This record gives sequence, structure tokens and C-alpha cells, in this order.
Amino acid sequence: MKRFIGFIKKEFYHIFRDRRSLFILFGMPIAQIMLFGFAITNEINNVDIAILDHSKDATTEEIINKISASKYFSIHQFMDREADVETIFKKGKVKAVLNFEKDFSKKLIRDHKATIQIITDATDPNTANTISNYVNAILIQYQKDWNKDITIAYQIIPRTRMVYNPELKSVYMFVPGVMTIILMLVSAMMTSISITKEKELGTMEILLVSPIKPIQVIVGKVFPYIFLSVINAIVIVVLSIFIFKMPVQGSLFLLAMESILFIISALALGILISTISATQQTAMMISLMGLMLPVILLSGFIFPISSMPLPLQMISNIIPAKWFIIIIKGIMLKGVGLQYLWKETLILVGMTIFFIALSVKKYKIRLE
Amino acid sequence: MKTILYIIQKEFKQIFRNKGMLPIIFVLPLLQLVILSNAATFEVKNIKFGYIDKDHSSTSRALVEKFNASTYFNVLTDFPSEAIASAEMLKGEIDVLLQIPQYFERDLQIEKYANLGITINAIDGAAAGVENVYVNQIIQRFNQNIKMDVLQVSDKQVQPIAVETIPLFWYNKTLNYKTFMVPGILVLLVTMITLFLSGMNIVREKEIGTLEQINVTPIKKSQFIIGKLFPFWVIGMGLLTIGLILAKVIFDVPMLGSLTLLYFYTSIYILVILGIGLFISNFTDTQQQAMFIAWFFTVIFILMSGLFTPIESMPKWAQTLTEFNPIRYFVEVMRMVMLKGSGFNDILPQLLKTALYAFVMNGLAVWSYKKTT
Amino acid sequence: MNNNNVIEAQNLTKMFGDFTAVSAISFEVKKGEIFGFLGANGAGKTTAMKMLIGISKPTAGKASVAGFDVYKQAEDIKKNIGYMSQKFALYDDLTVKENIMFFGGIYGVSRKRIKEKTAILIEELGLEEVANQLVGALPLGWKQKLSFSVSLIHDPKIVFLDEPTGGVDPITRRQFWEMIYKAANQGTTVFVTTHYMDEAEYCDRVSIMVNGKIEALDTPKKLKQQFNVTNMNDVFLKLARG
Repeated sequence: MKRFIGFIKKEFYHIFRDRRSLFILFGMPIAQIMLFGFAITNEINNVDIAILDHSKDATTEEIINKISASKYFSIHQFMDREADVETIFKKGKVKAVLNFEKDFSKKLIRDHKATIQIITDATDPNTANTISNYVNAILIQYQKDWNKDITIAYQIIPRTRMVYNPELKSVYMFVPGVMTIILMLVSAMMTSISITKEKELGTMEILLVSPIKPIQVIVGKVFPYIFLSVINAIVIVVLSIFIFKMPVQGSLFLLAMESILFIISALALGILISTISATQQTAMMISLMGLMLPVILLSGFIFPISSMPLPLQMISNIIPAKWFIIIIKGIMLKGVGLQYLWKETLILVGMTIFFIALSVKKYKIRLE
Repeated sequence: MKTILYIIQKEFKQIFRNKGMLPIIFVLPLLQLVILSNAATFEVKNIKFGYIDKDHSSTSRALVEKFNASTYFNVLTDFPSEAIASAEMLKGEIDVLLQIPQYFERDLQIEKYANLGITINAIDGAAAGVENVYVNQIIQRFNQNIKMDVLQVSDKQVQPIAVETIPLFWYNKTLNYKTFMVPGILVLLVTMITLFLSGMNIVREKEIGTLEQINVTPIKKSQFIIGKLFPFWVIGMGLLTIGLILAKVIFDVPMLGSLTLLYFYTSIYILVILGIGLFISNFTDTQQQAMFIAWFFTVIFILMSGLFTPIESMPKWAQTLTEFNPIRYFVEVMRMVMLKGSGFNDILPQLLKTALYAFVMNGLAVWSYKKTT
Repeated sequence: MNNNNVIEAQNLTKMFGDFTAVSAISFEVKKGEIFGFLGANGAGKTTAMKMLIGISKPTAGKASVAGFDVYKQAEDIKKNIGYMSQKFALYDDLTVKENIMFFGGIYGVSRKRIKEKTAILIEELGLEEVANQLVGALPLGWKQKLSFSVSLIHDPKIVFLDEPTGGVDPITRRQFWEMIYKAANQGTTVFVTTHYMDEAEYCDRVSIMVNGKIEALDTPKKLKQQFNVTNMNDVFLKLARG
């Protein structure tokens, strides 16, 4: 035991002597969460649009004013010719062009009907679709105002309640994701590199011939990183509560325990990576190239998993980050406890055991 | 010139000899392109939907039937009580809950209006917004039908005005996400591979001691650097090529613009990334440090590139920061050239900024590479 | 400058912050000489050598190597010298032949000459069987011999060897010194650091560094006389205990 503590001390020395890495280790997650918490959002605000008004009468002016007054749009330019639409889209200056037909007012009064084309640059389908929806919403409101004297008989009036995030803040969606990504990549990457480094330098052999048991070597290597990751997790949670006003509806203690569980499973994955790579370079490339995109894309961090094709939904089940994101959102936003999250928790425990068992197996084979 | 060739030859030998790395460089990125491009969609479908019907009238059943018929909503479950339904929502089993109150039909007939409760899980605010739109569309249509059914024809009344809108989705009529995402994800993969490899390369030689042996030779800084980076430039271009072929064959992503223009831009873009990699390499002592820094910038570059979330939605200061993000330009250029057929003049601003970036980064990299200590 | 001197150093000094690693050392090395640069670990041998080969800038003093100034003409120096570092510094993932080819190539040796040289070197080293094997798989002694050969690939005027025999067996050390003699006989000046005092006997002249300073410099014979001892080891012990 004494030997083991000595060994852990050595690991701490390694980490704390390397000031630059230490700075990166703590500075980066803070910088990233601050940056992303503020900057990453898929809300649509101030989209640049252009107006192609063939009528230029009172009604079109009124509609244009309503649109320009909305926070969603800012009118970048007025154009005269339909042929120019192609050009400005190609330059990427505006995302949409509203094309008002000729004699707009006249038609509206005479035929009770007039048409606006919403031409969107649908290379980004999400933005295009949202723009189209928002323009429609503004126009529906406009019609309601115009028609308010006409009572419409028989109506079902929806009373919509947005639960867990009534203001539809995208911070609530992204902060848990960013936290997960940082913990996952930092933990997995750090362990895999530090273990392969000892292999590469040949110091692993020295450790293995020492009376310390192999399992102690691994635990000793990993222990300081658990410590560091926990500190990272605390910093991230504190930042999300005080800067991004994330609520913690559920138990803070449970959140802490689940975070430690997730950190351990990421570290276990790191160990597994180190058993299959011979050089630091390979370990890094596996943890960076192999983990970064799948974790970003398949964890539900940005894209809703339920909209993905079925095979991908199935693949997403093997991403530990997916389960952790469900857990954090559950605890922080929904305020639920273990009785709702036992399934996710068990899955993470199971994955951790699997990673460790597989590493131990690979490790033994290598020694024989 | 001959000296450079010797270095290039050596680098290629080392790359192709490292059996553990080859699949990571060539197979993993392409596999990810093919698989993960399917995951990147903001479309909201298969909405997990449930309802509580306390009215059990023909109207309430007709309303539920409307939701059932919609392609957006999935797995209709009828919950006996609010408590059970809200527990299911906490568990994440349903995202949208419709509450039809008692006397729903009676209210509608007598009062001419009836309330309907809708609860939406709004943790994903954007998805919740879209779900709300879908729900309202269905109810709107249902309202009109009641008018028709109950009132027969309402034409005798004053006709309300209607501003009709015709949405035209240019360049992507079916709002296909893959068309949008595949070029972007390809950009990421090319960038990550070239950045990580170049960032690790020189610091690796530092760590194993061979860099010192090189530094006592009369080789020129520029020869060494060009020789070192050229292989990664080739790998980057190679990945782009294979990626473009896969994009065409598997995802049928259009290629409206000029392929030459795209290659011309990429050839400059990769120089930026290699410059950054080299710069990181020069300022670090171990591969571990180099990778942390490379990782830090990659995550920032990726998430702030406009690839997944639009740049216009960011706060102004963040938009200004993205001006320094090379991935942003590459993503823009790829999408403009491939999907819109933008030409040289259209992408000129991006091209110039990228060229300037390449110049500055490689200048810094050569300057910071010291043969002496 | 004396035409016979290929290395001249005057008050050459290197400081790292407050620590003086090399303190105002002065010496000359003559053409064709085997010059031993002795000292305990940490005495400043490697630091001094790195200033001479142009990869570390001196803090003060003057020095020239092969007639070129270490401050201003480091790149010219590099064309005229070979260097073998104490840490093995060839590519483990290239074969013996490829390593020789590569370094020949970056020294600007012509392809034809590299081919000839490679054949000669491999034969001399007795590496025919492993010429196409990855260097990483070779035993340390062979790696060291290969490093030495690679440092001679471009026929340099001076070759700097930093503890070339560290960690190798006595037989290989013996062979190594035979190689050093052979190079010296062909007119190459050899500048070698070591902390094996018996090896000092093989040198034409030796300098002994203690704590960053050169405490003695002469032929081994004269040094032994001066300190009135029978072997170099005792010379060193006397100096080190000072």
C-alpha cells in the first residue's frame, strides 16, 4: 500500500511539473465552456434577408416593416430584379429573398388574396425551413390583425406549455453536451497517452518488473486523472450554474456521483485505447479521430437522436456520452432522481466494467 | 531541391510503415464521413407523442386521429392519468403530450371554443419550437374542418383576406440534410487529419532525439519544413478526393461549381492547417502537449465554423472571432462551390483571407522553427 | 588563426539563467587529431560541444570550427562536421540502408557517391545481413556503430562524438575505437567526449572539465607525469577531488 501511494505521488509529480499541460488541462475546458455556452446556438436571430418588392404600395410597406421589426430578420438590401437573386445567393450575402407580387394591395382588396414568394437559400435546410416558418408566423399575425372583426366560429385553442426550459434557451441544450465532450475527450485522451508514453519510453517495463502489481500500476496512473477530471467537472458545473444560469433541479450529490461514474468510464476507455496502441501517436489519433466526431454527432449533443436513421440510433447506444447527457439533463433540468435514471446509470456502469475487463484481457495477452 | 526530395521520401516511408496508423489516417475518416453524415440532421421527426383523453368523444377521437395520420408523430400512447403521463415525460419516453379535457366536445358546441392542453419537453429548445409548429398546424387544419363540417359553408360571411406564401427552397428543394452536411464533415476530416499529423510530426522527432541530428546538418529551415509538410499536404488532397467521390456516389451530393476551383482553394487551405500544426509543434516539447493544444483549437474551430450551428445566430463578438477560424472559410467555400455553383469571384473574399492566413501561419512557423537553442 | 587548428575556442561560456554550464573555456584542436573531451556527468561536456556544432548559441566568448565563426556561420560549420549524439538519434522505423541514404541525401551527397559509401560502410560495419532491417530491431552496439558511420557519410573535416560508447560492451568499444583511429588516419579530426578514463589513453590530447571549467589539457602521457600517477583514472580523481 505504501508503495502504491508512492507510485501515485510520482504520477502527480509528472502532471504538476508539466506546467504547460496543466495550464491546458484546466484552462481549455473553462475557455471552451465559456465560448460555446455563449456562442453555440441554433436559434435564428438577425438573419440577413433581401426584399424584392414589385408593388411598393402601402400594404407591402406595412408587411416589410413588420418583418424588419422582428428580431429574427434584418433587411440587408432591397433589390429590383429577379435575376439578381441568384447572384446574391452565390455570394452568400443573404439567406432569403421575399418576393412580393405586382399589385399586392389591389389584389388583396379585390381578390382577398395576394402572394409572397419566400425564396430561401436551402443549402442550409434548417435555416431555410426556420426562416420560412418565421415569415409565415409574422404573416399569420398580420392577417389576424386585419381580420379581427371577422369572428371565426368554432375554435380549439391550444394552451401550450413548454416544460423544463420554458424560454427555449439553447444554452440548456448545449451546456450539458459541452461538459460531456470535454470530460470524455480529456479523460480518455490523457490516460491513453500517459500509459502509452510509458510503454514507448520503456519505463512501463521497469514498473512491471517492480513488485507493484499491474493493476496497481494502472490504477496509479489513472488516479490523478480522476482527480483532475473531477476538478474540471466541478469548475464546469459552477460555471454553468453561475454564468449560464443552468438550474440544478435535482440532487447535486447525485450529479457529482454520476459525473465521477462517467469520468471513470471515460478513463477506462482510455486504458483500453492504450492497450491496443503501441505509440503515443496511435493512441492520440484513436482518441482524437475516433472519439471526437462520434461523440459530437451521435450523443444527442447537437442533433436529436430520435430523428436519425434507425441503424444510427442503435449505434448511438454504444456511445457513453449519450447516456451521460441524458443523465445530466435529467438531474439539472427535470430534477429527477435515480428512480428515473437507473437504466442509464446501469448502462454506464456496465460499459465501464466492459472496458476494464477487455483491457485486463488484452493486457494479459500482451504479457504472455 | 534534391534535399527536399530525400525528406519527402523518408516521411512517406515512415507513414506507410506505421501499420497502426494507416487505417486511422485513411479508413477511419472516410468511414466516419459515410456513417456520421447521416446523423447530422436538425429535422424533427419520429416525435415521441402521447395523449390523455378525458372526453372520449367523437371530436376528441377525430383530433387524435389527425395526429396519428401525421408523419411527424410517432408511437401514440393513451395515458390514463396526468401523473403517469408526466412520469413518462420525466423518463424521456414522450416529448409531446396532448391533454384533452373533459367536456371538450360539449364546450366546442356550446361555447364555440374549447381549450386543449399541450405540454412539450423543451430542453432542446429548437426542436420544441418545431414540434410546436407541427402541433399548431394540425390543430389549425382541424379548426377549419370543424367550420366546414358544422357550419357547412361559411362563404356568406365577409371573406377574410389571406396572404399566401409560396416557399421556394433553392439549391436543395427537398431540404436534404446530407447535401448540407457531407461537404462540411469532409472539411472537418481533412482538417483534423492534416492538423494532428503535422502537429505531432516535428515534436515527435524532438522527443525521440532525431531532430538534433537533423539540426547539425546544413539543411535549410525551409527545405526541412517543406519536405516535412508536403506528404501531409498530399494526404489531405488525397482524402478530399476520395471524400468527394464518396459524396457523389453514396450521397449524390451535387457538384455545381468548378472542381478546379475547389482544389485550388483546398490546396491553399491545407497550407494554413499545416502552418498551424507546425507552429504548435515548434512551441511544445512533447507530443502530449502538442495534441492538447491541437485538440483545443480543433474543438473550437469545429463548433464555431458554422458547420453545425449557424454563425449568424452567434453574438457579435463570437461572429468576429469566427473570422479567425480557417474551418469556417473552408466550410463556406465547399458549400458555395458544390451546392450553389459559386465561381471564383463569389469566393474571392474567402480565398484572399485564407491565402493571407496561410502566409502568416507559415511565416510564423518558419520563423519559430529554430535550429539552435 | 593558425592554419593547423580546426577548432579554436576562447573563453567560450554558456549560461542557463543563473547557472553557468560552461565557464570561459579556451582550447585548440589540431587537424587530424583525436581530441578527448573528458569530464564527469554534468561537467558541461555536451553543452560545450553543442556550441561548437552550431545548435546552441554561446553566451560569451569566441569560437571557430573549420575556420567558421560559431555565431555567424553556424550553417557553414554544419557542412564541414559530422555529429553523433549520446542519445541514439537515427530513425528506428527506417532500415539501415535507408538511414544512410537519408542522411547522405540531406548533406547533399550525390546519389552515386551515397551508393558507394553505403556499400563501403555496410561492409566495414559487418551489417550486410541486416542492411534491410529496421534499425529499431538492432542491438545497441550496432546502432552506435551505424550512427558513427552516418556521421561520416559526407566525409566531414571534423567529427564530433558525444559519449559514443555509452552502454556498449568492451568488445564493441574496442571495435569502435578502431573505427575512430581509421577515420583519424584518413585525416578526419575527431572530437570525442567520454567519461571512460581508459578511453582517454587512446586520445592524442585530452582536456578534463570539472564544473564547467577546463582544469587540465595535454597529452595523456604528460598529464600522468604532471599529476604523478600511472593512469588517467587517477588524474581525473585527483582533479575532481581538487
